[in-house]
Amino acid sequence: MAEQTKAAKADSDGAGYWAANVRIILVSLVIWAVVSFGFGILLRPMLSGISVGGTDLGFWFAQQGSILVFLALIFFYAWRMNKLDREYGVEED
Amino acid sequence: MEQFTINLLFVGASFALYIGIAIWARAGSTSEFYAAGRGVHPVTNGMATAADWMSAASFISMAGLIAFTGYDNSSFLMGWTGGYVLLALLLAPYLRKFGKFTVSEFIGDRFYSPTARMVAVICLIVASTTYVIGQMTGVGVAFGRFLEISNTAGLLIGACVVFAYAVFGGMKGVTYTQVAQYVVLIMAYTIPAVFISLQLTGTPIPALGLFSETTSTGAEGSVYLLTKLDQIVTDLGFASYTEAHKDNLNMVLFTLSLMIGTAGLPHVIMRFFTVPKVSDARWSAGWALVFIALLYLTAPAVGAMARLNITELMWPNGTSGEPVSVQTIETAPEYDWMLTWQKTGLLDWEDKNGDGLIQYYNDGSEAMAERAAANGWEGNELTNFNRDILVLANPEIANLPGWVIGLVAAGGLAAALSTAAGLLLAISSAVSHDLLKGQLTPNMSEKAELMSARIAMAVAIAVATILGLNPPGFAAQTVALAFGLAAASIFPALMMGIFSKRINNVGAVSGMLSGLIFTLVYIFLHKGWLFIAGTNSFPDTVDGSLFGIQSTAIGAIGALINFAVAYGVSMMTKDTPQEIKDLVESVRIPAGAGGAVDH
Repeated sequence: MAEQTKAAKADSDGAGYWAANVRIILVSLVIWAVVSFGFGILLRPMLSGISVGGTDLGFWFAQQGSILVFLALIFFYAWRMNKLDREYGVEED
Repeated sequence: MEQFTINLLFVGASFALYIGIAIWARAGSTSEFYAAGRGVHPVTNGMATAADWMSAASFISMAGLIAFTGYDNSSFLMGWTGGYVLLALLLAPYLRKFGKFTVSEFIGDRFYSPTARMVAVICLIVASTTYVIGQMTGVGVAFGRFLEISNTAGLLIGACVVFAYAVFGGMKGVTYTQVAQYVVLIMAYTIPAVFISLQLTGTPIPALGLFSETTSTGAEGSVYLLTKLDQIVTDLGFASYTEAHKDNLNMVLFTLSLMIGTAGLPHVIMRFFTVPKVSDARWSAGWALVFIALLYLTAPAVGAMARLNITELMWPNGTSGEPVSVQTIETAPEYDWMLTWQKTGLLDWEDKNGDGLIQYYNDGSEAMAERAAANGWEGNELTNFNRDILVLANPEIANLPGWVIGLVAAGGLAAALSTAAGLLLAISSAVSHDLLKGQLTPNMSEKAELMSARIAMAVAIAVATILGLNPPGFAAQTVALAFGLAAASIFPALMMGIFSKRINNVGAVSGMLSGLIFTLVYIFLHKGWLFIAGTNSFPDTVDGSLFGIQSTAIGAIGALINFAVAYGVSMMTKDTPQEIKDLVESVRIPAGAGGAVDH
């Protein structure tokens, strides 16, 4: 009986870890898509009022900004997941 | 000293360095040959990944494509960096946890099917070979220039060097060699860019210079570099630099295709097998992108500034003044680069109307027709400017010192060589490790495995060289096709293998096959069967294409088809067995990741 509860707990913890991971991934991918496909391409006309060095903000996002955001996203994810690993006790030895 | 001697010195010295490192760290066992004993630090691994990743397409070709198109080719910048987000979030940590050597091993085990593994191997070989064709195009340009011979001769010599180089060592030799190559290539890319940015804008950081005001003051005071560029290119009838001219659908699909493809290419994914821990795999992807971003943030500045310099050299008295004369090109030292590049057959001009001047303008533009008629122009006289020469010619165009030109030659070769070597390694491990040892002859000795790996490399490079003689596009465009193929076949299978427990063997195999076949057929319909020119059924333009989607952008649709077919077929067939569900569970959790286990 006791063993069953323990197994069930481990199961739900594993599921909780995975669900938390998937949530972080989804949020990150929304940002990923908004800066590149959004600001860089589809929403560019909306941003055309904001001028940046001889052109507009959309052009800057397409050629510079999205790359910088991608970098921030990957480091954020690595930091957040390594923390999550410890919270759920699933980190490597 | 002559420029030729300087180039030879730089290229020779950098090669001696790489070969020295390769000998010092020569691969002994098969596991070292493929994955370097997993002893590589994330920063080192990131740097090696960056060198592996930034190929002739990024180094030699990309800025040229941006220079002549402007904003529309931003897809290359976003696509080839944004893919790392997918790689870091969706694949790298899990594949490291899985703990095998190759991508197809994961697919074979997760989908409990030797057929799935075979199909993955075929997908990898098709995508990687296409990729090597693009590299060989770049190798031909680089060798042609620095040996001052024709492009074709350069390609043949380059192929021999790439082969000798790739056979020398496996991954371990390659890892440390690639760190050295990264250092050479990033210096070669950024140093001339800094010089040019200082010349044009007074800003030492090219990425900032791109959005700065120019140092030369015109009648209306100082203007932004991009404003000035827009002005002079539209004056000559070309499309403006900063505006969008491509439809959103194609631009989004093309970007997406490059992103997904980045996360599906074996030679990059293999890199994440070589870090010690799952948490290191996450950091590694970040470090790789740091080192890649140094080049990618600089590339758009290189493109825009080179376009400005070239246009001003062709129109030294302004776009409404008198253009450069044939005599000036042949005698003035700042036009020497045109004479040296003419030898490669990749740059040419012709005084069509015999007025002794070279008019460079867009003869397809209606607005220019009037001016041309009034001045007796008979078409654009800068008849050939191959996009792939722009980066290599850039320091000469900007009249930079000889050592910078030598450095760029060495950097371009480093970029092409490192990636070609990485890809050949991926192809050879797919053939010898997955196909022969994994399927056909499981009892083969280590020695025989290494031998078959080298034979596979030789065959791959021979095929790539033959097709590279008549490439389906500029280096970066050919490489983009490889990304479409990887996007449509490998990435969906890997992602579904980790994020779904329901996708089964039949689903994965039908998904991969439909994605690959759809994309490959669509590309061949537009680029010619096996890339043989003239055998295409549709013109390779947006309007003429079958679905209104360019062949370079079709990979994203192929990936969607792959996902949909795999899901649909899996739902209609038997659920995955329990041990596969357990395998997926264990891959999702970092704890318990050990060393690699071979079969």
